[in-house]
Amino acid sequence: MVDIRSEFIGIKSPNPFWLASAPPTDKAYNVVRAFKAGWGGVVWKTLGEDGPPLVNVNGPRYGVVHGPDRRVLGFNNIELITDRPLEVNLREIKQVKRDWPDRALVVSLMVPCEEQAWIDILARVEETEADGIELNFGCPHGMSERGMGSAVGQVPEYIEMVTRWCKMHTRMPVIVKLTPNITDIRFPALAAVNGNADAVSLINTINSITSVDLDLMTPEPTIDGKGSHGGFCGPAVKPIALNMVAEIARNPETSAIPISGIGGITTWRDAAEFMALGAGNVQVCTAAMTYGFKVVEDMIDGLKDWMEQSGYDRLDDFIGRAVPNVSDWQYLNLNYITKAKIDQDLCIKCGRCFIACEDTSHQAITETKGGERHFEVLDEECVGCNLCVTVCPVENCLTMEQMTSGVDPRTDEAINPEYANWTTHPNNPARIES
Amino acid sequence: MASDIKSSEIASGWLKAEEYAANFSDLHAPLSTHEAYVEADRCYFCYDAPCVTACPTGIDIPKFIRQIQTGNPLGSAKTIFEQNILGGMCARVCPTETLCEEVCVREEAEGKPVKIGQLQRYATDHYMRDHDQPFARAEPTSKKVAVVGAGPAGLSCAHRLASYGHEVVIFEAADKPGGLSEYGIAAYKTVDDFAQSEVGFVLSIGGISIEKGKKLGIDFSLDEIRARFDAVFLGLGMGSVNNLGLPGEKLSGVVDAVEYISDLRQADDLSALPVGRNVVVIGGGMTAVDAAVQSRLLGAENVTMVYRRGKDAMNASDYEQQLAQTRGVKIIFSAQPVQLIEGDAGNIGAVEFEYTSQDNGKLAGTGETFMLDADMVFKAIGQHFVGDGTDAIALKAGRIEVDENRRSNLEDVWAGGDCIAGGEDLTVAAVEDGKVAAEAINQYLKSERG
Repeated sequence: MVDIRSEFIGIKSPNPFWLASAPPTDKAYNVVRAFKAGWGGVVWKTLGEDGPPLVNVNGPRYGVVHGPDRRVLGFNNIELITDRPLEVNLREIKQVKRDWPDRALVVSLMVPCEEQAWIDILARVEETEADGIELNFGCPHGMSERGMGSAVGQVPEYIEMVTRWCKMHTRMPVIVKLTPNITDIRFPALAAVNGNADAVSLINTINSITSVDLDLMTPEPTIDGKGSHGGFCGPAVKPIALNMVAEIARNPETSAIPISGIGGITTWRDAAEFMALGAGNVQVCTAAMTYGFKVVEDMIDGLKDWMEQSGYDRLDDFIGRAVPNVSDWQYLNLNYITKAKIDQDLCIKCGRCFIACEDTSHQAITETKGGERHFEVLDEECVGCNLCVTVCPVENCLTMEQMTSGVDPRTDEAINPEYANWTTHPNNPARIES
Repeated sequence: MASDIKSSEIASGWLKAEEYAANFSDLHAPLSTHEAYVEADRCYFCYDAPCVTACPTGIDIPKFIRQIQTGNPLGSAKTIFEQNILGGMCARVCPTETLCEEVCVREEAEGKPVKIGQLQRYATDHYMRDHDQPFARAEPTSKKVAVVGAGPAGLSCAHRLASYGHEVVIFEAADKPGGLSEYGIAAYKTVDDFAQSEVGFVLSIGGISIEKGKKLGIDFSLDEIRARFDAVFLGLGMGSVNNLGLPGEKLSGVVDAVEYISDLRQADDLSALPVGRNVVVIGGGMTAVDAAVQSRLLGAENVTMVYRRGKDAMNASDYEQQLAQTRGVKIIFSAQPVQLIEGDAGNIGAVEFEYTSQDNGKLAGTGETFMLDADMVFKAIGQHFVGDGTDAIALKAGRIEVDENRRSNLEDVWAGGDCIAGGEDLTVAAVEDGKVAAEAINQYLKSERG
């Protein structure tokens, strides 16, 4: 029997699907709806210092990138952290945690880089009996101008310092949320490790302008003729997030720290991919903001069905399973030879493979055969690049087939079954003798 | 089937006013902008796309669809008009299911081609709503060309010649220009007087004048215009509807389908147009379908199309057949009329048919007959070409013989559209003929000395 109960840094939830700190977790009303819909946990939208509440813009907060049929591929936002009074948030958090003891409830925090500010807020959050805290070092807009959010997350020393304060002043587990708006994610992750963080979560949103209104000559979203960059999220950011998760998971200095995966997770498959690359659980936002909380139902069902079909009983059985297969380019097997192959029965003769290869790659696909429109791969030209597979509109019509014996007609060299990589390649001036 | 022949029931006003309006409204509602984006996105932007090859005018279909998708509908329309200045009408009347959409790779992939015709309409509608035709006219040459017939072939030819700076005079026998677009196409395919709007659009290039009510062979002769003009293009269309060659053909209620469709298209008040309770349409082409469907839409109770061969041989496409059937037209295949039977006082009352079978490609009656009650019988078994009354122009199989440039046996006379041999009887083919002929005429005029 498949069991998807999750325990992440000691925080239990009935499934690994948490809602990320964002508008869907801003208040009890939404969070209770989320729990009723089946979400395993939430990270409550970021709380700030006590005092007059923040104000948001009163114009559009979101800019969108649409795919076909207005499918949301990604959007950005310029919303700040919670604009509700601290007292109200804390009261609701306490009540919700009391009413939903089996769900994870983590509180996101962002206060100035002063130890006392953190001491004050930590004491108040502890009173709510929330399961943990997440340090918002990721928010890339608005708050960063005030020296918080990604302004902290971009300076590893600050990350380490604030994390250390939090670990010193609270018994609650500490998750450090990282910004992707940096050059190498391993450095902020290492800072979190050095500050004794219990986990990192990533990615926060990416600095972005989603589009330009060509009539107004303004970036979107536009507020009274001006726009500022926002944080981009949704399916479009998933590849960037996956890589950053993998980088932390396979780096010896950071590989031990638990990861909460975030970034465009829309389906159970996305979640499974993040977890295969080392995420202990996942956080979701854009999918819920696009489709409502009900999307969690198939995340749960789909994950269970896939685990059952794959023979995984528990989440730990597959978490991190893909990490050993993430490699540096220099270790990829240069003796692995593949050729594209077109299934003529499935081919609808659109010619996209041909023109992509002809115009932009290796001239390895025929245009005609015997005067007829006919697309076929020329093995003597095919480098196995996969571009034709990428652009083919028909599922499984074009596939990459490995050559395991004989001679590669492109190079006239015999297929070598032995593994060999760039580090020992004769063309590599820095090769190591094998 | 025995039939006691009833008195003729031809009447008008079978329906309520709103029913006429609904029945003769646009066959396909135009795509909304969002629908157009979604549909445009289905196009795979094929390399050397089969749809382009299948289009008689060679419109760059992937390009115009991509231009819709990128939010450039005006550019999209220009791409269409470059190859087909009557792209608006063709978007409405082309049998796309046997042309571009039949070879769409989406048809091969999933049996659902991209709706190329409707996307073409989206782009051309968008453009024509508030733009004149997009091409600049070259500096006027001193050359004059006569175009006979203001149908699709003639208009296409005239437009391209005008774009090269030549002066064009169109001679049109009817009161209005447009040819079959105006008089021949089913009303629900070209609503809101589109044919006339399109003529205005074409003429907006300048340098084209139309002389209406001028019929070749009656009001002027070919020799006269050959003498007055540097070149001549004949877009005469078909002159006359074929007769059944059966007794009773003169009975009242036996009607030429082409003429009836023309009357319908010109009617100000459809409720005043008489139609029978029982209508029989003899024929299997687009004209037969148009007559049958429109009879139903006018309120005829029983409309039966009878075609002498099998379903596959029918000129009307599967799509057109389905259109007829879903509008309540019954189609009987493999039966030919043997006699038209008088009802009361010189009116048609019934038609007797005999089933047919094919023997080595030859059609033969089986001897088994049946009767259909009929208050009206539409003849729609094809048309034939009527020339200028002289034998100066060489014919082939009864129509004008032309070379690949649409040039006739006379050095200065070109022809196109339904009147030429090998013609496809399609608006889009006529447009291509006019375009090809105009290019050839332009070359001829440029090379002509003096």
